[in-house]
Amino acid sequence: MPSRARVLFWSAVVLLLVLLPPVVAALKQPFYLDLVRRVMIFAIAAVSLNLILGYGGMVSFGHAAYLGIGGYVVGILALYGMHSGWLQWPLAIGASALAALAIGAVSIRTSGIYFIMITLAFTQMLYYLGVSLEVFGGDDGMRIKTRSQFSGLVDLADPVAFYYLVLVLMLGSLYLVDRLANSRFGMVLRAAKSNEARSRAIGLSPYLYRLAAFVIAGALCGLAGALLANHTAYITPDFMHWTRSGEIMFMVILGGVASSAGPLLGAVVLLVVETLLAGWTEHWQVILGPLLILSVIFFRRGLAGALPGARNG
Amino acid sequence: MAEALLRAQGLCKSFGALRASDSIDFELLEGETHAVIGPNGAGKTTFIGQLSGDLRPDAGTIRFAGEEVTSLRAPARARMGFARSFQITSIYREFTALDNVALAVQAHAGHSFRFWRPAREESALREPARRILEEVGLGARADVLAANLAHGEQRQLEVAMALATGPRLLLLDEPVAGMGSDESQRMVAFLAALKGRQSIILVEHDMDAVFSLADRISVLVYGRIIATGTPQEIRANANVRRAYLGEDAL
Repeated sequence: MPSRARVLFWSAVVLLLVLLPPVVAALKQPFYLDLVRRVMIFAIAAVSLNLILGYGGMVSFGHAAYLGIGGYVVGILALYGMHSGWLQWPLAIGASALAALAIGAVSIRTSGIYFIMITLAFTQMLYYLGVSLEVFGGDDGMRIKTRSQFSGLVDLADPVAFYYLVLVLMLGSLYLVDRLANSRFGMVLRAAKSNEARSRAIGLSPYLYRLAAFVIAGALCGLAGALLANHTAYITPDFMHWTRSGEIMFMVILGGVASSAGPLLGAVVLLVVETLLAGWTEHWQVILGPLLILSVIFFRRGLAGALPGARNG
Repeated sequence: MAEALLRAQGLCKSFGALRASDSIDFELLEGETHAVIGPNGAGKTTFIGQLSGDLRPDAGTIRFAGEEVTSLRAPARARMGFARSFQITSIYREFTALDNVALAVQAHAGHSFRFWRPAREESALREPARRILEEVGLGARADVLAANLAHGEQRQLEVAMALATGPRLLLLDEPVAGMGSDESQRMVAFLAALKGRQSIILVEHDMDAVFSLADRISVLVYGRIIATGTPQEIRANANVRRAYLGEDAL
């Protein structure tokens, strides 16, 4: 029964992630805590992209823009001595949402290859803006000396506390996007991806729904950006580089578009394999590339499609 | 005489040098089934496209229930009560038959900026959808993916979606095209049952279907309507026979 397999799968995932910090501490391998935290942050970015790419059929090749905006908001506020996370994170989310509103309002009028190119172009503009801003370190970026402060509630300088915060936010994001995808809103979004002419003929204009999804996805990715800035304690324009957009997109496709577990699986596999290979040889990209191509050929519905009880819907 | 539900006047639409619609005047009465026939390439689908709002006429006006709708696009017209089926079946192939119809119900149940409650658990959407599937004879196939339905069933599903919007006007573009004779007879019987309750514009090549369903027939040739009349009048019309029906049609 698919729903039972689903419950089992998610219980196992949550259990594993909850138990990781004590295990890592016992084995004295803090590196893995850092790796998994990074994976989960990228999973949030991938989940947000999945809302528009997987469910909405909007192939945004510029999703790293919101990672960058979220990160820079945290970094810039920190630079000027404003360390409160209560201020930084909502602003990071809000600024990303606003940018997504502007970018989406223009991009969503196009489709296909034009949509891909225009989202890429907007993100490249932001990338070069980051490079040109010498006050914020230009293309070297800048260090964040003090991580976001949450009135002593959560200390992000404590790796374990930060880890659990990221875990909660990631699970929340997964749940949020799953709810959205199955709501009336999500059904309209998916229907417009499936057959736009049919949607219009029954009286649904997709534009505003797509735009709303684009803004929600941008906002959520902005949160991932704020987390990433705190994770690395450093921000650079590389947050917004087009290869970063490509990576997030690849996580979604590798994991399986329009599935709830897909983006998480994609983030896990891509980042873990990348890390393992990089530890083994400096030419790891030569191996990773073909691996990715093979995985796309053999898992047509993504890794999530290969799970027991995988469902489409 | 009944008031016209839909009236098109002087519709013109060209694609380059091709005049696909050449000052078409057309009216549909409330409750009437008005068929549009004509040879291939006569501009039937172009005509339907302008009525549905998918195509913008170069000239002319379309009035619906007394309101001018010429500049309204397809979704806006759909919300006023236009519903159409396409010449090439147009359904949500990745969704179940029930999902398809439920989406059509949802499209007419207010805005869809509802983000939280699972739409598939809303009986306000599922129950009417299920009823309509029963009505078109797809009740037992509700949970089958639309892509896996037989061709005839997909055509039925498309009509079910049109009905689910609670339409005031049905635009049916070749509803029995590509159907086997059994399927096609069932569809004709179904449409016959709608007759009188629904106002229908029917584009169709199948002359048996047209002559058994239509109250009036308009004949479209090279973008012009060359005749409009009852089935008997059309059968007897010499121009029509020459242009389209052929001498052996009688």
